[in-house]
Amino acid sequence: MNDALLIDRLQFAFTVSYHYIFPQLTMGLAFLIVILKILAIRKKDETFNRAARFWAKIFALNFFVGVITGIPMEFQFGTNWARFSKIAGGVIGQTLAMEGVFSFFLESTFLGLFLWGEKKLGPKGHLISAILVFIGSWLSGYLIVATDAWMQHPVAYVLSPEGNFQLSNFWELLFNPWLLWQYLHTMAGSVVTAAFVMAAVGAYYLLASRDSHHGKTFLRLGVITALTASLFVLFPTGDQQGKNVAASQPVTLAAMEGVFKTKEGVELTLIGQPDLEKFKMDNPLHIPKLLSFLTYNRWMAEIKGLDAFPKDQWPDNIPLLYYSYHIMVGLGTIFILVMVVSAFLLMKKKLFSSRWVLWVLMLSFPFPYIANTAGWMTAELGRQPWLVYGLMRTAHGTSPTVSAGNGLFTLLGFLGMYFVTGVIFLFLAIKIINKGPEEPGS
Amino acid sequence: METLWFIIIAFMLAMYVILDGFDLGAGIIHLLAAKTEDEKRTILNAIGPVWDGNEVWLLAAGGTLYFAFPQLYASSFSGFYLPLIIVLWLLMLRGAGIELRHQIHNTMWRSFWDVVFSVSSILLAIFFGAALGNVVRGVPLGADGYFFEPLWTTFTVTPDAGILDPFTVIMGLVALFTLALHGANYIAMKTEGEIQTRARSAAVRSWVGTLLTSLIAFITVYTIRPEIFNNFRDYPWGYIFPLLGLMSLLSMPLSRKRGKDTLAFISSSVFIGSMLSATAFGLYPNLLPSSTDPQRAITIYNAAAHQYGLSVGLAWWVIGIVLASGYFIYTYRVFRGKVTLPPEGSGY
Repeated sequence: MNDALLIDRLQFAFTVSYHYIFPQLTMGLAFLIVILKILAIRKKDETFNRAARFWAKIFALNFFVGVITGIPMEFQFGTNWARFSKIAGGVIGQTLAMEGVFSFFLESTFLGLFLWGEKKLGPKGHLISAILVFIGSWLSGYLIVATDAWMQHPVAYVLSPEGNFQLSNFWELLFNPWLLWQYLHTMAGSVVTAAFVMAAVGAYYLLASRDSHHGKTFLRLGVITALTASLFVLFPTGDQQGKNVAASQPVTLAAMEGVFKTKEGVELTLIGQPDLEKFKMDNPLHIPKLLSFLTYNRWMAEIKGLDAFPKDQWPDNIPLLYYSYHIMVGLGTIFILVMVVSAFLLMKKKLFSSRWVLWVLMLSFPFPYIANTAGWMTAELGRQPWLVYGLMRTAHGTSPTVSAGNGLFTLLGFLGMYFVTGVIFLFLAIKIINKGPEEPGS
Repeated sequence: METLWFIIIAFMLAMYVILDGFDLGAGIIHLLAAKTEDEKRTILNAIGPVWDGNEVWLLAAGGTLYFAFPQLYASSFSGFYLPLIIVLWLLMLRGAGIELRHQIHNTMWRSFWDVVFSVSSILLAIFFGAALGNVVRGVPLGADGYFFEPLWTTFTVTPDAGILDPFTVIMGLVALFTLALHGANYIAMKTEGEIQTRARSAAVRSWVGTLLTSLIAFITVYTIRPEIFNNFRDYPWGYIFPLLGLMSLLSMPLSRKRGKDTLAFISSSVFIGSMLSATAFGLYPNLLPSSTDPQRAITIYNAAAHQYGLSVGLAWWVIGIVLASGYFIYTYRVFRGKVTLPPEGSGY
């Protein structure tokens, strides 16, 4: 791996992982704010409106950081991945341009109206602008996942005589079979993040004996939503996503599950360290035959291990891919457990007084962020060594004229900018949460 | 079809410069025109609800450029690597200046973000102008269609010039004065009282700057890239663009004298739109001229995506832009009229 390639990859990986901290909360929170606004109108209860305004403040701050860290993403396709852009722009340019034209205009316009126009719009108009912000952000998610889905599972293209991919069918691109499950899986993951954050703030208010009325609302809405969404992440979306990988990227499946040798009735590895030097799993803890069953619904089904594929087709960082995937699945399982217990206590009307559960809920909000990031790392490390799966290698996509030195300059710049941005974001978010949903004079 | 997409992208970029231009311009004159805390908040409230939507035109234009002319996107974005990334950083800082300032009631916090907002607006205007200058001057395209320009080299207008050379710096100043003028017109239109008076005088001063730098730029273009005038010779109807630009620029002092701030703002919008159209008209069919071998220029023909993609794109683009225009008209209607300063804690 030459230096420029490494720096281009690091810069994209860093900026995109950092960026996705923010949209995942945006998309999930947009959904929860719509629910709060509907509750306010349905139950004619002004406290829901105050709750919505409180979350809108966090939403606005979060949305803003999402926007400023998102702009570099679109531009980096051209700056650092010029050969890829030239070859694939005819296809993925479609979805990226549509995102700008259809969702960014919608989101930015109605967010402005939602934040500053509540009095001018009235309750119905305000709800409608909340719904349009929600639609805009979820549409944006769809078009971005569509872009990634094409890189994972290229469809609807022809190769031009100059060797460029050109779009051959617009609807096939928008309804890529890979896309549906990946999209729903991603969106459910983002709702999990937002619901955990909401529950954590609610738990904090109860534990700190303040704003307990709002705290209970946040907990109720957060726990019910987080449970539903965590289950949906696992089944059917996660399950189907796994089956897609098994069908189209069998070598990725082998790498992420840590399957070295092809055989029938493969065990599911829960914990263990892949040892590529000795070509085996160290310290494995596994359940016999379960992976075969989960993948093909047959206990004795054969699964191809890494040995079935030439080395130059292997993902280039198998241990990291394996860990990302196992962290995602492990955390996802823990989310379901935590939320089943919380929902059970909520039903028994004991949640608000169970201090140890509230502590768990308050402290667990960072983990959905980790799980979502690990999920994307699984998808993108699993796609390696390809930039467009099976068609174009990552090493062939960089910009020919951007040197490693120039790349490092901007990578360091991004590290610095984003570090400062993160500090300011946390500082202001904590300030908003500490101020609380109650407004002076209400 | 390629020509149509050339026009569409030129249109989107012009929309970007006109719309985001006035909030950039408001940033340029922010420290000059607003003295008190209330005045600063007035400026920020005048652009607050719309600046983010205005900036979307840049993203939408970038995305559209990507899909319609992938080769241009690849070549220019990697060739202008450093200035582009610096522009991204400036856009981030500027957004932070607008959105973070009002979060804390503290004079140190606020004056820090005021300076960030204003300085980044100034630098962005200069960089955008210099970028346009680079496109007009041409870049050292290699045989493979790629190039790389450092920020500066020998600081002369030669084929191996960097992003900044005397010509592109002049273009940067043209952009700085023009956007300052445009922003001052906007603030004068949206405000009352002392700040309006200061915005008006900022507009008068930047009008002089615009006129002078534009003249110098015009003469320089004539010496370094006379080809740009070929299209006007062949298709004289194209003179309508520079004429319209000149008229709108000259009419501005008249509307100013009569106190018609809205008319002045419309004039600076027309000035920007028509001057950019004139540049696009002169460049056509080139997208990025070559400063080395003219044969290597990136044109709408060698950079475009295939017909099918371009036709499908046209269908959704028209729908999308009609929708977007609807949102814009609606927002500007909701926030029309003079800015009334909202109480601290709501608004900017």
